[in-house]
Amino acid sequence: MAATTVGANRAFFNQLRKYYTWYTGGFLVFLVVLAIAEQLGLSRQYIGYAFLFATIALYAGIGIMSRTADVAEYYVAGRRVPALFNGMATGADWMSAASFIGMAGTLYLSGYDGLSFVMGWTGGYCLVAFLLAPYLRKFGQFTIPDFLGARYGGNIVRSIGIVAAIICSFVYVVAQIYGVGLITSRFTGLAFEIGVFVGLGGILVCSMLGGMRAVTWTQVAQYIILIIAYLTPVIWLGVRHTGVPIPQIAYGQTMIKLAEVEKKIFADPREADVRKIYSERVAAANAAQKDTVKAHADRRVQLEKEVADLRTANAPQARIEPLQRLLTEYPTDPEVWKAAVTKDRALAARAAPPRPHAQPYPGKDEAARDTARLNFLGIVFCMMFGTAALPHILMRYYTTPSVQQARDSVFWSLFFIFLLYFTAPCLAVLAKYDVYTNLVGSSFAALPAWAAQWSLVDPTLLNITDINRDGIVQLAEIVIGGDLIVLATPEIAGLPYVVSGLVAAGGLAAALSTADGLLLTISNALSHDLYYKMIDPSASTKLRVTLSKVLLVVVAVLAATVTSLKPGDILFLVGAAFSLAASAFFPPLVTGVFWKRATKWGAITGMIVGLGVCIYYMMRTYPFFTNMGVPVMPLWFGLNPISAGVFGLPAGLLTIIIVSLLTPEPDRQTQELVEHVRYPHLRGDPVSTVAT
Amino acid sequence: MQLTAKHQEYWRRNLRLTAVLLAIWFVVTYVMAWYARPLAEINFFGWPLSFYMAAQGSLIIYVVLIYVYAKRMRKLDLEFNVEEGDE
Repeated sequence: MAATTVGANRAFFNQLRKYYTWYTGGFLVFLVVLAIAEQLGLSRQYIGYAFLFATIALYAGIGIMSRTADVAEYYVAGRRVPALFNGMATGADWMSAASFIGMAGTLYLSGYDGLSFVMGWTGGYCLVAFLLAPYLRKFGQFTIPDFLGARYGGNIVRSIGIVAAIICSFVYVVAQIYGVGLITSRFTGLAFEIGVFVGLGGILVCSMLGGMRAVTWTQVAQYIILIIAYLTPVIWLGVRHTGVPIPQIAYGQTMIKLAEVEKKIFADPREADVRKIYSERVAAANAAQKDTVKAHADRRVQLEKEVADLRTANAPQARIEPLQRLLTEYPTDPEVWKAAVTKDRALAARAAPPRPHAQPYPGKDEAARDTARLNFLGIVFCMMFGTAALPHILMRYYTTPSVQQARDSVFWSLFFIFLLYFTAPCLAVLAKYDVYTNLVGSSFAALPAWAAQWSLVDPTLLNITDINRDGIVQLAEIVIGGDLIVLATPEIAGLPYVVSGLVAAGGLAAALSTADGLLLTISNALSHDLYYKMIDPSASTKLRVTLSKVLLVVVAVLAATVTSLKPGDILFLVGAAFSLAASAFFPPLVTGVFWKRATKWGAITGMIVGLGVCIYYMMRTYPFFTNMGVPVMPLWFGLNPISAGVFGLPAGLLTIIIVSLLTPEPDRQTQELVEHVRYPHLRGDPVSTVAT
Repeated sequence: MQLTAKHQEYWRRNLRLTAVLLAIWFVVTYVMAWYARPLAEINFFGWPLSFYMAAQGSLIIYVVLIYVYAKRMRKLDLEFNVEEGDE
């Protein structure tokens, strides 16, 4: 029997390789055809539509071909996904809209300090590989609450697992659907809400019909699109700057040049001028809050003096005139003036001097720098342990044919993720160099084409205003929204619009694939863990799968509805999901495998304490909650609320250890289960856990 | 079932490998980041060393660590006869 299984697996692998090679070839042909059509005059809007509908139709097609009603196929893709392909699927499952579109922008804006996400979201896979994936695969059931339920016994642990899995996945899925809406509306001109539901249709056709099986094969297809989309413009831009087609290994030289340009720009007196104007406006806005009448009069005197100074200095009329106009239109009513300047308080951030890209932990004094370092480490910690605890990722390692393949598969997962994550910092540096050399210092009358266009399309992404009215663009006069970097790279690199469409398709693939995995996690937690394991263990397999499909639609529509309300800070939500997952799941999963003495009550109290501490810290420190009336608390050690897992995880782990030692040792059967998962194949093992 | 001494030895070897790899992981991640400011003074092919490590070096080391783990564990399984038949 064994030999035939190996043969079948090998044949299946070869078949998959053939399919996906043809698929990749087909996609490249599609790109070339569209590129030719563009040269022949196909409009941008139609190129946008072609990408949107062709890729969604493709994913739906794969979903329909993979439809299934078999339980093992539906929940774990029949456990025959080869390591390499599971790696690609995990890569797509993992990389969300935030990674694809947001990451390079975050790095552009925060330089070294943004790299905490790059490290956290890759280093977490070491924990997955060494501490979890092989053991979960040996355990071999369907969900993460399954493992907690079997290892610690009883429904309480399982229930907490279900609740925690749903909280972190739902928060995360809302962020993904938001990304889908944003991309479709930007590239096709459809309304945001319609974009949300178009994308939702794509997600549903795929995951509802075929569950994990369909999701797996679509995710492989989505990975191929997203990595082509990410690398193409960067390579192009890289060749221009470094002369090497692998800019990731050559941008060290660009960094040297960037540091020189930074030095020159930061020392430019005109930059200081612009920042001084911001500080004055902030000061006026703050003064207006205290004594409106006096501030109103003071500001007028200040402006008059500036005009007089300019005239004495014989400045060109073009510089005096706008100031003069400001003075003529100066509101006579102090209250009107106050209303107009209050928003200027937001300029405080722009009045601060810029920071060199490569400098770690900048700050005004030693204490501020140490706090910045602590927050960097806090984010790395939460992202890493959150990675190793998010159910939709761990679930993927149930789908490989063997324990060894699960180990190999983590390697492939990180390898495929690495391809994107080591490109993002490179893209940020190349784009920054381009902005600093081509945009900064250019004349407002002749902005680079891409800048002129984007500032027209969307002022939240790019806004350039001549603050000091010298007709030249200063760095301090540019406001860049993080998402711009990836979206505008094709134009910065001077590529045809087809590549912009490709980037949109890549972002869409990233958002859809992650949403697929998350929705599946939620509906499985409800249908498998809650209904089948706790409410009706005699339910037929057909009923279970059908129920799961129905729930998937319900949850998806619910998530889309929440998304269309545009809830606040999406980035915080994503970070919160990681902190929550790390606090709730990581301690009981790891002690479950590595410490036989861990008991049921240890796990129950540990999960509650971990989640509790994490939620408590967020509630007391995050403005969203404190503005709703939750009493504010000073930050512990200056750590931001996004890193609440730094407190939640150790608290949970400590509780598990203490309570376990106070309660009786787990019974022989539980200990045998632990031994069972520790060995890939224990000859003569009485325990069997693999569910089919 | 009663685990044999050989089984116990397998688990000890596994723990040792895991501990060594995690120690490397810890140094690369947290110790390097803790000393990022002094390390930024060192030039590494154009990059400040701390920037290079956070943007690329540590990522490469993570990939290699996981590769080494998968390879060593395959060997260990065979040596202690706990490998999965031919599944």
